[in-house]
Amino acid sequence: MTDLTTLTLTQARDGLRKKDFSATELTEAFLRAIEAGNGSLNAFVLPTPDHALAQAKASDARLAASDPRPLEGIPLGHKDLFCTNGVRTTACSRILGNFVPTYESSVGANLWNAGAVMLGKLNNDEFAMGSSNETSAFGPVVSPWRRKGKDGKLTEAKLVPGGSSGGSSAAVAAGLCLGATATDTGGSIRQPAALTGTVGIKPTYGRCSRWGIVAFASSLDQAGPIAKTVEDAALMLGAMAGYDPKDSTCVDAPVPDYAAQMRQGVKGLRVGVPKEYRVEGMSKEIEALWQQGIAWLKAAGATIHEISLPHTKYALPAYYIVAPAEASSNLARYDGVRYGLRVPGKDIIDMYCETRAAGFGKEVRRRVLIGTYVLSAGYYDAYYLKAQKVRTLIKRDFDEAWNTVDVVLTPTTPSPAFAFGEKTGDPLAMYLEDIFTVTVNMAGLPGMSVPAGLSSEGTPLGLQFIGKPFDEGTLFRAGKVIEDAAGRFNAPDKWWLAGSKGR
Amino acid sequence: MARAQTSKLIRGGTGDWEVVIGMEVHAQVASRSKLFSGSATAFGGEPNSHVSLVDAAMPGMLPVINEACVAQAVRTGLGLKAEIHLRSIFDRKNYFYPDLPQGYQISQYKHPIVGEGEVEIEVEGETKTVGIERLHLEQDAGKSIHDQHPDYSYVDLNRSGVALMEIVSKPDLRSAKEAQAYVTKLRTILRYLGTSDGDMEKGNLRADVNVSVRKPGEPLGTRCEIKNVNSIRFIGQAIEVEARRQIDILEDGGKISQETRLFDPGRGETRSMRSKEEAHDYRYFPDPDLLPLELEQGWVDDLAKDLPELPDEKRARFMTDYGLSAYDASVLVAERESADYFEAVATGRDGKTAANWVINELFGRMNKEGRDIEHSPVSAKQLGGLVELISSGVISGKIAKDLFEILWTEGGDPAEIVETRGMKQVTDTGAIEKAVDEIIAANPDKAEQAKLKPNLLGWFVGQVMKSSGGKANPSAVSDILKTKLGIE
Repeated sequence: MTDLTTLTLTQARDGLRKKDFSATELTEAFLRAIEAGNGSLNAFVLPTPDHALAQAKASDARLAASDPRPLEGIPLGHKDLFCTNGVRTTACSRILGNFVPTYESSVGANLWNAGAVMLGKLNNDEFAMGSSNETSAFGPVVSPWRRKGKDGKLTEAKLVPGGSSGGSSAAVAAGLCLGATATDTGGSIRQPAALTGTVGIKPTYGRCSRWGIVAFASSLDQAGPIAKTVEDAALMLGAMAGYDPKDSTCVDAPVPDYAAQMRQGVKGLRVGVPKEYRVEGMSKEIEALWQQGIAWLKAAGATIHEISLPHTKYALPAYYIVAPAEASSNLARYDGVRYGLRVPGKDIIDMYCETRAAGFGKEVRRRVLIGTYVLSAGYYDAYYLKAQKVRTLIKRDFDEAWNTVDVVLTPTTPSPAFAFGEKTGDPLAMYLEDIFTVTVNMAGLPGMSVPAGLSSEGTPLGLQFIGKPFDEGTLFRAGKVIEDAAGRFNAPDKWWLAGSKGR
Repeated sequence: MARAQTSKLIRGGTGDWEVVIGMEVHAQVASRSKLFSGSATAFGGEPNSHVSLVDAAMPGMLPVINEACVAQAVRTGLGLKAEIHLRSIFDRKNYFYPDLPQGYQISQYKHPIVGEGEVEIEVEGETKTVGIERLHLEQDAGKSIHDQHPDYSYVDLNRSGVALMEIVSKPDLRSAKEAQAYVTKLRTILRYLGTSDGDMEKGNLRADVNVSVRKPGEPLGTRCEIKNVNSIRFIGQAIEVEARRQIDILEDGGKISQETRLFDPGRGETRSMRSKEEAHDYRYFPDPDLLPLELEQGWVDDLAKDLPELPDEKRARFMTDYGLSAYDASVLVAERESADYFEAVATGRDGKTAANWVINELFGRMNKEGRDIEHSPVSAKQLGGLVELISSGVISGKIAKDLFEILWTEGGDPAEIVETRGMKQVTDTGAIEKAVDEIIAANPDKAEQAKLKPNLLGWFVGQVMKSSGGKANPSAVSDILKTKLGIE
C-alpha cells in the first residue's frame, strides 16, 4: 500500500469514499508518523491517539453506510489555541497549566461535525505571539525543511517553521496530518505556510467564529486552515467557516463551495500589484518570485495592474499598537484566581505578580507591557487612537483598490525561513516578518499564501493574494493558478524519521 | 425662591455654605438573564450557581449582548425624557480584582446609550428639575467574601455580568433632602417602568454621591465621591457629614483633596478610600468583541408607545380627574401598585372619598401592621364597595369605620355585611323624629337653652346618633333637630 501520509486531503477523501482504505487505517498511519517524527519536530504538544481512533471508528461506520460528511475520516492537527472539550488546552503558555476546557470551540465543532478526526493539539507561539514558534512554553517547532549549503548538501541548522502556527505548518509539511487548523492575527497562518511550502488562508474577519479560541487580539484574530494544496485548503475552510451567534463579530453569510469556485480560473481577473510592497531590503529572489507569479497569472488570462496602497508603511507600527493593546486586556483573565497556574503570594497583588511573571513568557510579557502602555491615560490618543485612524486609512486604501482590481498579489514574507535564534534577540527584526501580512488583518480582508518557488538555499517561498471582503473564492482561483504553474514543494529529506530511529 | 435657597444653606463659622451634589446611581436591570450571557440573574442561590462560561471568563469566551437589557435601558431613557442614542459603544474598563473574572468590566464610556434627560423632584413644596447627564449599560462584578477562611477570600460570581444601568445626574442637587428626593423619585420611575426593582436592601440600587461645598455664587469646589451608599437614609446622612467635614477643613484654611471616600453609618463619618493619585488608570478602549450597538428608530418608537403612564403624569391626572390635592396625589403615585389600587377604588366613585380611605384608613392600618399594598387584606373591590355605600348614604362615615374593621379582619362583601348586620344608616324621618322627640322630652332644660345657644345642637345630634346606634343619617338628624328646637 502507498504511504497514506503522502496523500493530499482531497486524495484521502476520495480514497476513503472508494474504500481503498479505512478511516482507521488512515488515522493509524498518521499516528505512526507522529510517533516517529514528532520527537524531532515538536509539532504536536499533545497527540490524542485514543480520541483520534474513536473518531475514525465513527467515520468508518458512516463510510460503510455510504453517508459520509464532507471531511469524513480526515485526520487533522488542531492548533492548541482552540479549546477542546476534555482535552488539555494551553495556548502553549505555562499560565494555563493543565487547563482542560469543558467546551469545544465553534470552529473545532464544525470540523468534527463534518467528520474530521483530531490527531492532537499542535504547537504554536505562546498565545500566538511570535513569528517563529520559538516562544512556545513547549519549546520550538523544527521545520522539516533544511537549507542547502554552498556545496549543495543540506545543512544541519534547525530552521523555524514560521509562527505563530508553526506546529500547524510543520505538521502539514512533514506529513504528520492531512491539514491543520491555524489562527492568524498578523500573519500567523500565511507566514508559516510560506516558510514550509504549504497553503494557508486567513479568511475575512467574521468568516469563522472566534468562540472558543484563546483570544490574542480580538479585532484581528481569525481561524483558517494550513493544508498541502489549494483545494485541500478550500475544503477545510468550507467546513470551518460559518455563522455563529455566540460571536458577535461573526458574519451571517452563506459559505460558498470554495473548491468549485477554485476551478473557475482567472481569465479576465484583474490582479493588482501594489508598488508600496517593494520594500527596502527585500531580497532579489523574492522580487523575482513576485515577477514569476505575475507572469503565471498573465499566462492564465489575468490582467495585471499596478496599484497604490499609500498607507502600507504605517500598517506594521499601527499593528504593534492595536494587537498588544487588545492582548493586554484579553490576557488579564489569566490571573491565577479561577484556573490555570497560581503561584502563591503574600497578598492578592503579590499573587497576581508572581503568577503572571511565572506564567507568561518574555514575548507575551513584552506585548502586555506595550499594550498597557499604549492604552494608558495620556498615551491613548497618541498611540491607540492614532493606530485606529491608520487602520481606517488602510481599509480605505483597499476600498479604493477594489475599484480597479479584483485581487492583490504580493510576496508573503520578505525573506525565506531563518534558523533558530537568528531573530529572537531582535524583536524588531522578528516583527518585520509580518510586514506583508499585517495589513490584511488590519483591513479585515482575506489573505492566502501559496507556495511559489524555492530560495537559493532550497527553502520555500510563498506568494500572497489579498481579496475583497468575503471573496475567498477568488483567492482560491488565483492560488490554484500559481499552484498549477509552480507545482508542489516537499522537504527534500525526511530527516526527522531518521532521527527518531535513534531514540 | 431666594428664601427657599437660603434655607438649604449650611451655616459655618465664616458664613453660609452651599453644598453641591451630583449622583451616580447604579440600578440593576430587571431581566431574566445577564447583560452578555444567558445565566439567570435571580437573587440568592448557592454561590456560583448562576455562572456561565462567559461570566467566569473562561478562555475563548465571548460576550453577546442581551436585547432585553438594551430595551430596558432605552425604556428607562424614555422615562427620564432623555435623548436615546441610536449608536452606542461598549468599552472595556480594565482593572484587576478577583471578583472581576475578565480583568475588565464591559461598560459604556464615551458613547452611552442614553444622553441628557431630566427628573422632576419636589422638596418642601418646591418643584425642581434635576438634569440627567447620561445613562449607560455595564456589567456588575461578582462578590468577594472575606470572612469564611482565615487566610483566603472566596469569590461568588452569581452577580458577575448582571446588567446595571448607571444613571449620572448633573451637579444640580443642593441639599441632602434634594438628593434623597432625587433617588426616591428615580427609584419610583424605574419601578413604574419595570426596568429595575430598585431594591436597595438587595443592592439592586446603590448610589455614588459626589459632594462639594462652596460659598454661594462662587465656582464649584473640589469634590469627593462617596462610594456605594445603599439606603436613602444613609445618602442623607453621608451628604450631611461630608459637607460638614469639607466646610470644617475649608474654614480651618485647609484644602479639599479630590478622593474617593466611604460612608460608615456606624460612626457617622466618611473615610478616605483612595486619593486621586491612587486612582486607577482604567485604560478604557472599545471592546473589540462587540460591534457598536445600533438601534433602529422604529424599535425605539415601539418601546415608547408601550411605555406606562409615569408618576408625574399620573399625579397630574389624579388631580384633574379625581380632584385630589397635590399632596394626596403624590402619596398615591409614589408606588405604582398604590396608584393602581387607588384607581380601582376610585373609578366611577367619589375620588376624594376614595383617596381619603386609601391614604388614611388603608395605608394607616398597613403601616401600623407593616404590610404593603400587595398584601392588603382588603381588596380594592371591597374598599370601592365601602366608598360607594358612604357616597350613596347607605352608611355613615362612622359606621364605615366599623365596616372597614370587619373587612380587614373577616373579609366579605361590604353591601352584604351592611345588610345582614343591620348597619344601614337610618334615613326614615319618622324614626328619626321619634328619637329626636324622646331626647328633647328627656332634656327639657337643654332644649330651652338651645334656642339661645345654637351650638348645643351638636350635643343633641350626638345624643340622637347614640340612641340610634350610629345608624341615623347625621344630616337628617341635624335638620329635624333644628326644626324641633327652633334653631334658625
